[in-house]
Amino acid sequence: MTTYGRGLRGLSLAAAATITAALALTFFYAPLDANQGFIQKIFYLHVPLAITALCGFVFGGVLGAMYLRTGDRKWDIRSYVAIHMALIFGIGTLLTGTIWAKASWGHWWVWSDPTLTSFLIVMLLFATYQPLRFSIEDPERQSRYAAVFAVVAGAFVPLNFIAVRAAQAYVHPRVLTLTGGNLPGAMRLTFLVSLVGIVLLYVTLWKYEMAAKATRMQVRALRRTLLGEDSVAPLKRSAAPS
Amino acid sequence: MSLGAVFAVAPALPLHSAGKYVAGAYIVFVAILLIYVGIMATRLSRTERELAELRRDVEAQRAARDADREREPVA
Repeated sequence: MTTYGRGLRGLSLAAAATITAALALTFFYAPLDANQGFIQKIFYLHVPLAITALCGFVFGGVLGAMYLRTGDRKWDIRSYVAIHMALIFGIGTLLTGTIWAKASWGHWWVWSDPTLTSFLIVMLLFATYQPLRFSIEDPERQSRYAAVFAVVAGAFVPLNFIAVRAAQAYVHPRVLTLTGGNLPGAMRLTFLVSLVGIVLLYVTLWKYEMAAKATRMQVRALRRTLLGEDSVAPLKRSAAPS
Repeated sequence: MSLGAVFAVAPALPLHSAGKYVAGAYIVFVAILLIYVGIMATRLSRTERELAELRRDVEAQRAARDADREREPVA
């Protein structure tokens, strides 16, 4: 039995401390962007959210592959929670992105920008993950099909990212590159602290949700053991693994 | 250069609207977190309820078993 709650307290405190430090650096240390001014402060939230969401989708794919390899349901649950959390972070990315777009470009959405559109495509792709699960009643088949989906869609994320980077940028700036990018030192430090904070938040919430799911399953298993099979009401059809 | 002077030379947007958008983005982030924590709190209370129900059922079963044992004739 895996105890997902172990280390959760320390992780939560680390996430809270890092995010607080990131906010302090964002508003009191990082210089104002010469071109965008104060509005560029959204960068320290929007970009780490986007990176974490995309990595979360890939993480879900890796965990899905582990399920296909081992057949152990715990990998399916882990993959499900990883994708679920990545979707939440993705929604945060889209919302903060549209606010930034409105303030910076004067439009809530710019369809001709490949970065925006490709992120939306990834989000819409993963938005079908839960309906796919819900459409399959048999738990074994549900887990297997969901894992295949997670692997394929997870592999699509880096391919999509590379394709967009290779494309001509329209309005989305390129500040992070393999050769160092255009971020000055103070901005880079602030960005890195923000990124670590958001990643820690993702891991904390992932563990939190895993702990909640594991506890619920243990209560059901305990009821079955102590009071017999009939004492447990059959599970309703659900997208979540049980 | 003071912060006010830096703000004054920032060319892209007038500050009064920039501050509104930045605050909006961070509020959205906090709101998403709060909604998530709220949903998880609801689920946690459901698990607590199930656990309390299980404890009640186990105690009732144990009481019934004890009562049966007392009724059995001693050889």
